[in-house]
Amino acid sequence: MSADGCQVQVQEAAFNPDQLQCLLPAGGAVVTFTGNVRDVSAAGAVHALQLEHYPGMTERSLQAIAAEATARWSLRAAHILHRVGRIEAGEAIVWVGVCADHRGEAFAACEFIMDALKTRAPFWKKEHGAQDARWVEARDSDISRAERWQLTRTGDTGLGPCG
Amino acid sequence: MMLKVRFFARLREQLACEVLELPCEPGLNTVAALRSALAARGPEWQHALEDQNLLMAVNQSLAEPATPLSAGDEVAFFPPVTGG
Repeated sequence: MSADGCQVQVQEAAFNPDQLQCLLPAGGAVVTFTGNVRDVSAAGAVHALQLEHYPGMTERSLQAIAAEATARWSLRAAHILHRVGRIEAGEAIVWVGVCADHRGEAFAACEFIMDALKTRAPFWKKEHGAQDARWVEARDSDISRAERWQLTRTGDTGLGPCG
Repeated sequence: MMLKVRFFARLREQLACEVLELPCEPGLNTVAALRSALAARGPEWQHALEDQNLLMAVNQSLAEPATPLSAGDEVAFFPPVTGG
Protein backbone atom coordinates (compact mmCIF):
# COMPACT_ATOMS: atom_id res chain seq x y z
CA MET A 1 0.00 0.00 0.00
CA SER A 2 1.65 3.20 -1.09
CA ALA A 3 1.31 6.35 0.93
CA ASP A 4 -0.19 8.16 -2.05
CA GLY A 5 -3.15 5.77 -2.09
CA CYS A 6 -5.12 8.40 -0.14
CA GLN A 7 -5.77 11.67 -1.92
CA VAL A 8 -8.02 14.44 -0.68
CA GLN A 9 -8.81 17.71 -2.40
CA VAL A 10 -10.93 20.70 -1.35
CA GLN A 11 -11.59 23.19 -4.14
CA GLU A 12 -13.92 25.94 -5.34
CA ALA A 13 -13.75 24.98 -9.00
CA ALA A 14 -16.38 22.78 -10.60
CA PHE A 15 -15.27 19.31 -11.61
CA ASN A 16 -16.37 16.59 -13.99
CA PRO A 17 -16.76 13.23 -12.21
CA ASP A 18 -16.20 11.38 -15.49
CA GLN A 19 -12.61 12.61 -15.54
CA LEU A 20 -11.76 11.45 -12.01
CA GLN A 21 -12.16 7.69 -12.17
CA CYS A 22 -9.20 7.32 -14.52
CA LEU A 23 -6.96 8.74 -11.77
CA LEU A 24 -7.61 5.68 -9.60
CA PRO A 25 -5.19 2.76 -9.92
CA ALA A 26 -6.30 -0.29 -11.81
CA GLY A 27 -7.58 -3.00 -9.50
CA GLY A 28 -10.14 -5.70 -8.98
CA ALA A 29 -12.96 -3.46 -7.82
CA VAL A 30 -13.57 0.26 -8.23
CA VAL A 31 -16.55 2.00 -6.61
CA THR A 32 -17.23 5.70 -7.01
CA PHE A 33 -19.85 8.03 -5.54
CA THR A 34 -20.90 11.45 -6.85
CA GLY A 35 -23.10 13.76 -4.81
CA ASN A 36 -24.96 16.49 -6.74
CA VAL A 37 -26.77 19.58 -5.44
CA ARG A 38 -30.54 18.97 -5.47
CA ASP A 39 -32.75 21.77 -6.82
CA VAL A 40 -35.28 21.39 -4.01
CA SER A 41 -35.21 20.74 -0.27
CA ALA A 42 -37.78 20.46 2.51
CA ALA A 43 -37.59 24.25 2.78
CA GLY A 44 -38.33 24.91 -0.91
CA ALA A 45 -36.55 25.55 -4.18
CA VAL A 46 -32.76 25.62 -4.11
CA HIS A 47 -30.87 27.66 -6.70
CA ALA A 48 -27.41 27.15 -5.23
CA LEU A 49 -25.50 26.18 -2.11
CA GLN A 50 -22.83 28.19 -0.32
CA LEU A 51 -20.37 25.80 1.30
CA GLU A 52 -18.42 27.08 4.28
CA HIS A 53 -15.58 25.01 5.74
CA TYR A 54 -12.74 25.11 8.26
CA PRO A 55 -9.58 25.36 6.15
CA GLY A 56 -6.91 23.09 7.53
CA MET A 57 -9.21 20.99 9.68
CA THR A 58 -11.23 20.04 6.60
CA GLU A 59 -8.22 18.53 4.83
CA ARG A 60 -7.01 16.82 8.03
CA SER A 61 -10.43 15.35 8.63
CA LEU A 62 -10.80 14.01 5.07
CA GLN A 63 -7.27 12.59 5.16
CA ALA A 64 -8.04 10.80 8.44
CA ILE A 65 -11.28 9.36 7.02
CA ALA A 66 -9.52 8.13 3.85
CA ALA A 67 -6.73 6.64 5.96
CA GLU A 68 -9.20 4.90 8.26
CA ALA A 69 -11.05 3.38 5.29
CA THR A 70 -7.79 2.31 3.67
CA ALA A 71 -6.64 0.54 6.83
CA ARG A 72 -10.01 -1.05 7.56
CA TRP A 73 -10.62 -2.52 4.09
CA SER A 74 -7.05 -2.84 2.74
CA LEU A 75 -7.79 -0.45 -0.11
CA ARG A 76 -5.43 0.20 -2.99
CA ALA A 77 -6.67 3.77 -3.15
CA ALA A 78 -9.17 6.15 -1.59
CA HIS A 79 -9.75 9.56 -3.18
CA ILE A 80 -12.06 12.29 -1.86
CA LEU A 81 -12.84 15.57 -3.64
CA HIS A 82 -15.19 18.14 -2.06
CA ARG A 83 -16.17 21.56 -3.35
CA VAL A 84 -16.54 24.72 -1.25
CA GLY A 85 -17.89 28.18 -2.03
CA ARG A 86 -20.90 28.67 -4.31
CA ILE A 87 -22.22 25.55 -6.04
CA GLU A 88 -25.18 25.74 -8.42
CA ALA A 89 -28.07 23.26 -8.31
CA GLY A 90 -27.28 20.25 -10.48
CA GLU A 91 -23.52 20.58 -10.07
CA ALA A 92 -21.41 17.92 -8.37
CA ILE A 93 -20.41 18.79 -4.80
CA VAL A 94 -18.53 15.68 -3.64
CA TRP A 95 -16.81 12.73 -5.29
CA VAL A 96 -15.38 9.60 -3.65
CA GLY A 97 -13.50 6.86 -5.48
CA VAL A 98 -12.07 3.71 -3.91
CA CYS A 99 -10.18 0.77 -5.32
CA ALA A 100 -9.92 -2.63 -3.61
CA ASP A 101 -9.25 -6.23 -4.59
CA HIS A 102 -12.91 -7.23 -4.28
CA ARG A 103 -16.28 -5.50 -4.57
CA GLY A 104 -17.37 -6.10 -0.95
CA GLU A 105 -14.52 -4.01 0.43
CA ALA A 106 -14.94 -1.34 -2.25
CA PHE A 107 -18.69 -0.88 -1.68
CA ALA A 108 -18.32 -0.81 2.10
CA ALA A 109 -15.37 1.58 2.09
CA CYS A 110 -17.06 4.06 -0.25
CA GLU A 111 -20.20 4.13 1.89
CA PHE A 112 -18.16 4.42 5.09
CA ILE A 113 -16.25 7.41 3.69
CA MET A 114 -19.46 9.26 2.84
CA ASP A 115 -21.08 8.45 6.20
CA ALA A 116 -17.98 9.59 8.07
CA LEU A 117 -17.66 12.75 5.96
CA LYS A 118 -21.30 13.67 6.64
CA THR A 119 -20.79 13.63 10.41
CA ARG A 120 -17.10 14.53 10.95
CA ALA A 121 -15.79 16.80 8.19
CA PRO A 122 -16.26 20.51 8.97
CA PHE A 123 -18.44 21.68 6.07
CA TRP A 124 -21.65 23.70 6.41
CA LYS A 125 -24.26 24.21 3.68
CA LYS A 126 -26.35 27.33 3.23
CA GLU A 127 -29.19 26.98 0.73
CA HIS A 128 -29.99 29.90 -1.53
CA GLY A 129 -33.58 29.92 -2.78
CA ALA A 130 -35.40 32.47 -4.93
CA GLN A 131 -35.53 35.10 -2.21
CA ASP A 132 -33.87 33.86 0.92
CA ALA A 133 -30.95 31.85 2.25
CA ARG A 134 -31.02 29.37 5.13
CA TRP A 135 -28.53 27.12 6.88
CA VAL A 136 -29.10 23.42 6.30
CA GLU A 137 -29.86 21.48 9.50
CA ALA A 138 -27.91 18.32 10.30
CA ARG A 139 -30.04 15.18 9.97
CA ASP A 140 -30.44 12.50 12.62
CA SER A 141 -30.43 9.91 9.85
CA ASP A 142 -26.85 10.90 8.97
CA ILE A 143 -25.81 10.32 12.59
CA SER A 144 -27.47 6.90 12.70
CA ARG A 145 -25.89 5.89 9.38
CA ALA A 146 -22.47 6.84 10.73
CA GLU A 147 -23.11 4.95 13.95
CA ARG A 148 -23.49 1.72 11.99
CA TRP A 149 -19.74 1.85 11.43
CA GLN A 150 -19.16 2.47 15.14
CA LEU A 151 -17.64 5.81 14.29
CA THR A 152 -16.84 8.17 17.07
CA ARG A 153 -16.55 11.83 16.32
CA THR A 154 -13.20 12.05 18.02
CA GLY A 155 -12.00 8.80 16.47
CA ASP A 156 -9.95 10.36 13.68
CA THR A 157 -6.63 8.93 14.71
CA GLY A 158 -4.77 9.85 11.56
CA LEU A 159 -2.72 6.71 12.14
CA GLY A 160 -3.69 4.84 8.99
CA PRO A 161 -1.25 4.15 6.15
CA CYS A 162 -1.77 7.64 4.79
CA GLY A 163 -1.75 9.42 8.14
CA MET B 1 0.58 33.28 25.11
CA MET B 2 -2.94 33.45 23.77
CA LEU B 3 -5.81 31.16 22.82
CA LYS B 4 -7.27 31.55 19.35
CA VAL B 5 -11.01 30.90 19.21
CA ARG B 6 -12.86 30.46 15.92
CA PHE B 7 -16.58 30.27 15.11
CA PHE B 8 -18.21 28.92 11.97
CA ALA B 9 -21.46 28.97 9.98
CA ARG B 10 -24.66 29.84 11.85
CA LEU B 11 -22.77 30.34 15.11
CA ARG B 12 -20.38 32.83 13.45
CA GLU B 13 -23.39 34.80 12.21
CA GLN B 14 -25.19 34.70 15.58
CA LEU B 15 -22.12 36.03 17.38
CA ALA B 16 -21.06 38.37 14.57
CA CYS B 17 -17.59 37.04 15.33
CA GLU B 18 -15.27 34.91 13.26
CA VAL B 19 -12.18 34.79 15.43
CA LEU B 20 -11.09 35.93 18.90
CA GLU B 21 -7.70 36.05 20.60
CA LEU B 22 -7.93 35.57 24.37
CA PRO B 23 -5.21 35.58 27.02
CA CYS B 24 -4.73 32.03 28.28
CA GLU B 25 -5.68 32.63 31.93
CA PRO B 26 -5.23 29.86 34.53
CA GLY B 27 -8.98 29.09 34.72
CA LEU B 28 -9.29 28.47 30.97
CA ASN B 29 -7.88 24.98 31.18
CA THR B 30 -10.61 23.00 29.39
CA VAL B 31 -12.94 23.51 26.44
CA ALA B 32 -15.90 23.61 28.87
CA ALA B 33 -14.24 26.36 30.93
CA LEU B 34 -13.60 28.40 27.81
CA ARG B 35 -17.20 27.93 26.69
CA SER B 36 -18.49 29.21 30.05
CA ALA B 37 -16.19 32.23 29.89
CA LEU B 38 -17.40 33.05 26.37
CA ALA B 39 -21.07 32.66 27.41
CA ALA B 40 -20.49 35.34 30.06
CA ARG B 41 -19.64 37.93 27.39
CA GLY B 42 -23.33 38.87 26.95
CA PRO B 43 -26.85 37.62 26.26
CA GLU B 44 -26.21 36.78 22.58
CA TRP B 45 -23.15 34.76 23.54
CA GLN B 46 -24.99 32.94 26.31
CA HIS B 47 -27.90 32.11 24.03
CA ALA B 48 -25.76 30.93 21.12
CA LEU B 49 -23.37 28.85 23.22
CA GLU B 50 -26.04 27.04 25.25
CA ASP B 51 -26.94 25.00 22.13
CA GLN B 52 -26.13 21.45 23.22
CA ASN B 53 -25.59 20.32 19.63
CA LEU B 54 -22.54 22.53 19.06
CA LEU B 55 -19.33 20.72 18.20
CA MET B 56 -15.89 21.72 19.45
CA ALA B 57 -12.40 21.27 18.06
CA VAL B 58 -8.97 21.82 19.57
CA ASN B 59 -6.06 22.26 17.17
CA GLN B 60 -8.32 21.12 14.33
CA SER B 61 -9.38 17.80 15.87
CA LEU B 62 -12.87 17.23 17.29
CA ALA B 63 -12.82 17.63 21.07
CA GLU B 64 -14.94 17.03 24.18
CA PRO B 65 -15.87 19.45 26.99
CA ALA B 66 -13.12 17.97 29.17
CA THR B 67 -10.40 18.32 26.51
CA PRO B 68 -7.56 20.28 28.15
CA LEU B 69 -6.33 23.59 26.73
CA SER B 70 -2.87 25.12 26.76
CA ALA B 71 -1.41 28.40 25.58
CA GLY B 72 -1.22 28.67 21.82
CA ASP B 73 -4.12 26.28 21.16
CA GLU B 74 -6.66 26.96 18.44
CA VAL B 75 -10.20 26.19 19.63
CA ALA B 76 -13.27 26.17 17.40
CA PHE B 77 -17.01 26.02 18.06
CA PHE B 78 -19.46 25.18 15.29
CA PRO B 79 -22.88 23.66 14.53
CA PRO B 80 -23.24 20.01 13.47
CA VAL B 81 -21.62 19.57 10.07
CA THR B 82 -23.65 19.32 6.85
CA GLY B 83 -21.21 18.52 4.05
CA GLY B 84 -21.43 15.86 1.37
